Amino acid sequence: MSHGAIVRPPMEPPTDPEPAEATPEFEAANKRLDRRRGLLLALPSWAFLTLFFAVPLLIVVVYSFATRNRFGGTDLSGWNIEGYRELGQEFVRNLVLRSLWLAIITTVICLVVAYPFAYFLATRSPAVRNLMLVFVMIPFWSNFLVRNYAWRVLLGNDGPVSQATEAAGLGETTILFTQSAVVLGLVYGFLPFMILPLYAAIERMDWSLVEASRDLGATGWQTFRQVSFPLSLPGVIAGSILVFVPSFGAYVTPQILGGGKDPMLGTYIVAQFLEARNWPEGAAASTVLMAVMLGATLVYFRTGGRTL
Amino acid sequence: MADAVAAVEIRGVTKRFDEVVAVDDVDLTIADGEFFAMLGPSGCGKTTTLRMIAGLEFPTQGSLRIFGEEVGTLPPNKRPVNTVFQNYALFPHMTVLDNVSFGLRMSGVNKTEARQRAGEMIELVQLDGMAARKPNQLSGGQQQRVALARALVNKPKVLLLDEPLGALDLKLRQEMQTELKSLQRELGVSFVFVTHDQEEALTMSDRIAVMDQGKLLQVGSAEDLYARPASRFVADFIGQTNLIEATVADNNTIVLQNGQRLRAPSPHAAGTAVAMSLRPETIQVGARGSVPAVHEATSLEGVISSASYLGHSMVYEVSIDWIDLEVRTPMVLSEERFAPGSEVAVWWDRRSDWLVAE
Repeated sequence: MSHGAIVRPPMEPPTDPEPAEATPEFEAANKRLDRRRGLLLALPSWAFLTLFFAVPLLIVVVYSFATRNRFGGTDLSGWNIEGYRELGQEFVRNLVLRSLWLAIITTVICLVVAYPFAYFLATRSPAVRNLMLVFVMIPFWSNFLVRNYAWRVLLGNDGPVSQATEAAGLGETTILFTQSAVVLGLVYGFLPFMILPLYAAIERMDWSLVEASRDLGATGWQTFRQVSFPLSLPGVIAGSILVFVPSFGAYVTPQILGGGKDPMLGTYIVAQFLEARNWPEGAAASTVLMAVMLGATLVYFRTGGRTL
Repeated sequence: MADAVAAVEIRGVTKRFDEVVAVDDVDLTIADGEFFAMLGPSGCGKTTTLRMIAGLEFPTQGSLRIFGEEVGTLPPNKRPVNTVFQNYALFPHMTVLDNVSFGLRMSGVNKTEARQRAGEMIELVQLDGMAARKPNQLSGGQQQRVALARALVNKPKVLLLDEPLGALDLKLRQEMQTELKSLQRELGVSFVFVTHDQEEALTMSDRIAVMDQGKLLQVGSAEDLYARPASRFVADFIGQTNLIEATVADNNTIVLQNGQRLRAPSPHAAGTAVAMSLRPETIQVGARGSVPAVHEATSLEGVISSASYLGHSMVYEVSIDWIDLEVRTPMVLSEERFAPGSEVAVWWDRRSDWLVAE
């Protein structure tokens, strides 16, 4: 292409309501302008993310290769992969698997509980929907930590749940400080993150497709299997990731409702930093955790891109 | 034909949505093998009626039979009808083949046979080679054909079409009109077709039902509706017409609002308020005093208030005391044209007017 004569791009997009044919040079100029505008608008968030996300992340990754000194401090020298090697220890592997398992169970339970609710929600009148969405959000108005302590009270030895089951002749409820309590707490805490994307996906669905399916002879269940569910898949995947990722690295709930008896990935990382004072090890575990989450998110975008 | 079981028989069907009466006490019989159109402005209840036949809505009251079987509250999957939806409602996550074979697969036809029959249907609607595509890779016309194939592959006893051509551009629409019509003849299945486009209804249908505000106003052939409308609404809605208010004087005469008497045979009792429907193309214009003697009793005098040249015809607005008449005459030689302001007479053949009482 000759660059001898450059057509000056217009500063404003053409005001003609029907730009019949786009001149390539104008097109390119408009795109440049759009990009520049976009960059400017994104600048604050870019700056924020760089400063408070990318930089700390980088520090974590750097620390994961550092050396722990005799006093529990960290020397930024003698780079090694000891932190990662220690992750291979059996008890670490076990707690990773345990965290993974609990995160999967939590995600599945959330999905099973949230799907019918989201479906119900999406088929209500706007007034009812909004009211119920507020109910879904209400828990967020109080602190997550406080809500976990509330569960501790509820599930405690003399708590209301135990009293109720006793009164009903089912005996004491003693699930506090077990993995069941942890799953219960995680489901409770992260359920809204499943409901909202599911609701959005189902609500956006074209209902005439459901009608078409019924019209073509499918039963209600067949329609769900073949049409509604596949079309809500982006919501299912988004919700699953939003629940799975924080469950996998959860710290507060396992600590409060699990009593820290069975260490999980989140509690382990915190312990490495605060108690064992083995920062490289904690940093290595964090890096692996983030890599897993990143992987999960990429899977989401790929499947999301395919189904949309 | 008379004792044959009707494809669709609707008796006293009413559909209410909360307080709104969408369909009001409709009686309708659609014969087997008929191309039947339901025509009316939006919100007239035609789509609701179609949806009740499909089973997507249930009537509030009344009886709805398909080939003699009462289907009032039967779910859509248990009815021998299929629908072509307004926006096609193709499953976006399935290929054309999966879309078309959907109905067969759902009713338990094995996969190989379902695919084969779907393939044949795809050929019938001339989409060979498109079977592996997703709906969003097809043009509007192609999507329309997929929707048609997807419905027809189930061999419905009645095919319901909800404004199927609404989203297509004019040329494609005309093409599809012809194709739909010949497809219907070939299959011999009743097509029930909802449209707000009267030209579409007139050109394609054996019979047309005109609806307005939930009520069924008239059912008849295109000619019935055009030449013998049963009400002002139908006269006005189908084609263009001039409605002249009058009162019946005796069984051969009506009196206009200015007292002028016109010859117009009428079945209505003397004193009935009627409107005379005069199609613009049935009226003739000429200089005053040039009215042929036979048309003397069916003529009026007025002044041309506007004249438009349309190439194949002239359209005059003729102002007659208290009303304006639209007159459409075939293109004539220039000396016979009238300029605005000309004092003229208009007349018509006494067989071309039509009286409607309300």
